[in-house]
Amino acid sequence: MANALIGKDFTPPDVRGKVTGRAKYAEDFRAEGMLFCRLLTSPMPHGRVRNIDASAALAMEGVIAILTADEVPEIPAPGNPILTNEPLYVGEPILAVAAVDETLAEEAIAKIKVDLEPLPFTVDPLESLRPGGPNARGSANTVVSGEGLKEIKWTTEDFDAVADGELPMGEPTATWSYGDIEEGFSGAAVVLDETFVTAGTSHHSMEPRTAMAYWQNEKCHIYGSTQSQSFVVPGLARYLGLEPDNVVYVGENCGGGFGSKGAAYPTMVIPALMAKKTGRPVMMRISRAEEYAIGSARPGFQGRVKLGFREDGRLLACDLYVVQENGPNGGFGDMSAAASAISIVYTPVAMRFRGASVLTNTPPRGAQRGPGQNQIANAIEPLFDKAARKLSVDRFAIRRVNAPDHDSRYGANRGAITSAYLGEALDKGAEKFDWQKKQAQSGQRRGSKVIGVGIGQAFHSAGSNGFDGLVRLTPEGKLHIHTGVGNLGTYSYAGTSRVAAEVLKCDWKNCVIERGDSSIGLPWNLGQFGSNTSFTMSRTNYAAAMDAVGKLKEIAARDLGGAPDNYEIGNEAVFRRSNPSRRMTYAAAAKRAIQLGGKFCGHEMADDLNPMTKAAVRGLAGTGLVGVAKDNLPRTGMVPALAAGFIQIELDLETGKFEILDYLGVADCGTVIHPQGLAAQIRSGAVMGFGMASLERQVYDPHYGLPRSVGLYQAKPPSYLDVAVGMGAEAVDQPDPQNPMGTKGIGEPLMGCASAALLCAISDALGGHYFNRSPVLPDMIINAASQRPQSHTPLQVNTD
Amino acid sequence: MAVIRDMMPVFELFQPASVEDATALLREHGEQAWVMAGGLDSFDWFKDRVKRPAVVVDLGGIEALKGIESTADGLEIRAMTPLTDVVRHPEVREHYGLLSKAAELVASPQIRNQGTLGGNNSQDTRCWYYRDGWTCYRAGGNICYADTPTSMNREHAIFGADRCVAVNPSDTAPALIALDAKMVVQTADGERVVNAEDYFIGPGIDIMRMTVLQPGDLLTSIRIPSTWAGAKFYFEKVRDRQVWDFPLVNVASAIRVSGGTIEDARVAVNGVAPYPMRLTAVEDAIRGASQDEATAERAGEMAVRGARPLRQNAYKIPLMRNLVKRSIRVEA
Repeated sequence: MANALIGKDFTPPDVRGKVTGRAKYAEDFRAEGMLFCRLLTSPMPHGRVRNIDASAALAMEGVIAILTADEVPEIPAPGNPILTNEPLYVGEPILAVAAVDETLAEEAIAKIKVDLEPLPFTVDPLESLRPGGPNARGSANTVVSGEGLKEIKWTTEDFDAVADGELPMGEPTATWSYGDIEEGFSGAAVVLDETFVTAGTSHHSMEPRTAMAYWQNEKCHIYGSTQSQSFVVPGLARYLGLEPDNVVYVGENCGGGFGSKGAAYPTMVIPALMAKKTGRPVMMRISRAEEYAIGSARPGFQGRVKLGFREDGRLLACDLYVVQENGPNGGFGDMSAAASAISIVYTPVAMRFRGASVLTNTPPRGAQRGPGQNQIANAIEPLFDKAARKLSVDRFAIRRVNAPDHDSRYGANRGAITSAYLGEALDKGAEKFDWQKKQAQSGQRRGSKVIGVGIGQAFHSAGSNGFDGLVRLTPEGKLHIHTGVGNLGTYSYAGTSRVAAEVLKCDWKNCVIERGDSSIGLPWNLGQFGSNTSFTMSRTNYAAAMDAVGKLKEIAARDLGGAPDNYEIGNEAVFRRSNPSRRMTYAAAAKRAIQLGGKFCGHEMADDLNPMTKAAVRGLAGTGLVGVAKDNLPRTGMVPALAAGFIQIELDLETGKFEILDYLGVADCGTVIHPQGLAAQIRSGAVMGFGMASLERQVYDPHYGLPRSVGLYQAKPPSYLDVAVGMGAEAVDQPDPQNPMGTKGIGEPLMGCASAALLCAISDALGGHYFNRSPVLPDMIINAASQRPQSHTPLQVNTD
Repeated sequence: MAVIRDMMPVFELFQPASVEDATALLREHGEQAWVMAGGLDSFDWFKDRVKRPAVVVDLGGIEALKGIESTADGLEIRAMTPLTDVVRHPEVREHYGLLSKAAELVASPQIRNQGTLGGNNSQDTRCWYYRDGWTCYRAGGNICYADTPTSMNREHAIFGADRCVAVNPSDTAPALIALDAKMVVQTADGERVVNAEDYFIGPGIDIMRMTVLQPGDLLTSIRIPSTWAGAKFYFEKVRDRQVWDFPLVNVASAIRVSGGTIEDARVAVNGVAPYPMRLTAVEDAIRGASQDEATAERAGEMAVRGARPLRQNAYKIPLMRNLVKRSIRVEA
């Protein structure tokens, strides 16, 4: 039977508030007697606090308190601290000041004397690996999975490669392999050995990570800016030393996170700790400049890859080495994610990965949309074009021949996958974009302008399982869908909530999504990150709705006779299959559930539910028919989200500027559950990708370690005039077999495929000039077009 | 770098309603006073807490400083006229399209609504070291942080450096120079009229100022003579990002052609020196030449002669050469 809701457009309930301005973000909340808190942050990339003299600040009328690192819970290294006496990057919070207003708090900060001892620092990972090179953290310069902080220095001989413009490859901190790469290279028709650099990027979340907090009795109430809802609570509780039950978290809307607000983060609890100290509610608004420091960042790569291709373009062997710019703390696993992405997007017959994650005195690194996968798409996709030129193979064909199928294996462990339709995405894209025709236009000149075309591909794992679903039918005849996933702005919280309505065959008008406040009873759900929501939450909502269906049938059988199996649902009623007039409306069933008590209305529940879900159900018990269940559906493989992007540009050889003439993104996201939401993701992901490929910069003066970009006008995320007017959005729309609705996530690769496609098109317009670098900025294009050397060396970072 | 950013310190705000009141306030407060037009330059300085004036004189309430009028010899645009009004004004569009085009490429629609023509021409440089509060030459120190072997100076000068290598970021300035505009300045000694090309000064004259304006002076209006009305105009701005970005290089030209021969021309570029550069040598060389590809090529080559790139900005040489070439060969 065709779906009534899944695959159909709808207006998510938070849209109206966002359009009218009524939607509440963290800084819109107020509480009686609220103080404002501001941060004193590090002016240097690495230092040690010798003394703090706040006497003049505290003597000011209206200045209530300061909070220093000595007064907050210590986060074990290499975790991101709440406040610190040894700042490891410019802008790291050292202390907070609370006052009756912000201006006063700021004036107070100006009066605080912090005696900081400058310490050695580095903003270039390779410099830190050199013998005698600076360490970002004194005794350590790397973070090794399973071992923690460690010092690693390479030899002078290792660095001989730099003279040839090649990445030195000393002792790695991580490595894995499968197959025989040497055999692959020896049998290859073309072998490329390329050094590349991909720059780190800021998150540019439009809403900075503001938070407000107060305490009532033993409970701490926090209003924050996060992508996730339930997932944030245990993290906040750990920071505060509380039981999760004693944290009330409100996160109704999130003005962008892109991975940087997936979980609880340390600055969120500063107002909570200040509120505890002062006994008053505290608001801490974060400024744009602060956001560029504490707002997380994607790590940059200095990498080298050896690729061996068969005559038809099949990738026989891949040998990847990545030096990752780790930031000063724990960082994120981009480099190994990058390697795993290669294993599934290009399915090399044999592969080896080696990497070293090197500490830098730059903002802490964290997940950013397609962490690792999108950097490596930028590095590898243009090299596929280079190989295609050498092999005289079509650029579409070299991708198609390497595309994964459902039996392809993933990553170091060669694990199974649930489904892969990248080949179909390429086919659909080629047809809808008219690749053959557009490719034929490649190199066409119009004055100083030349046409370039490109294809890009990207991947991210896109689904999890084992979380809880919770729905409630009330005597008013409404279906309340309780979702704890969060609302990062993609509307997938709503799209996946409709799965429950679909299963229960409810009119969407009679559905209410309960979300955004942990005190209203929300289930334990995974955070809204990792492109997982569509897969994970459609399963939990399916499980909860099926539980509700079972209970409806049981109640009907009890009151109307027969066995539960004799009953069906439809038109918001449960009825006897053989005699549909024997029916009970959902409203009536909800009333009966309350009368019956026990499991029907939430007084009893399954043991395997998470304690957070159990607490939510206890709070809701007796208010209706409660459907609640853990997602115990089977999952036997990694869930791949795959995407292909097709682009045509016109590049002006005299100015280094280009115009995007056409773009098409094609998603392999399983069954499409919300077409408008998907199209918005395909297009906005592409916009973000164009920025990564050709505009954004997050760079540090190498001599002083100070950030060059602390404002949106300096960091340059794309504007509406930098993208194509109309961008196409398509989906393969083939169901994933391990999701009851057939759906998979997709958000992250939609950025990488666009970014990589654009880089390929720029190189194509330049007749096959490969930069081995992202972003490619106009100055680089002008230099290439006028046969001038670039102003940076091949491995240089912070190239402005 | 500062320990706090993005929060304006307290200052005393004056909002005079007349030019007389404004100049009186400026005289009264001398070097303590900060003149604010649209605020796009000022607020950045204030929020970053790098410039901390005690007194801010906001010109936004002075109606006499707004508006565009026809005069006997062209057009008078008052200094506080928003850029959007300059872009949209029918007479500017019809006769002085060069200025309308240049103004339209400034920043973003919101900034053009708020930013003024006077402010766009009087704004400070965007050198990030300087704006970050580093005590460089321009800030009264004795070093240029942007001109060292490790400096990040992709956007800096290839001409006219004198200790400071920062560039003038204005888009409308080269257009005004090409149109031979006159800047009307109210000084303590009365009104002074300055040619647009002389309004901007380099670090050799005063390293801490971008224009001739001294404390207490006020740019009140910009007069555009009819000399170049209806000439062939060309304006192009190359920037990283197509909205809300300063020029890497821009170019403005006004050319009179007769029978395929260039009778007269004015050409100016910005983003390459601490001041917008009028290219008089190029003008002299092309005057009397036929408007063809060879002349354009020659003009481009000539324009960049003597350029001295820094570590990261050699690309500005081909970029400027190409833009000047395009500005000469254009068929309007």
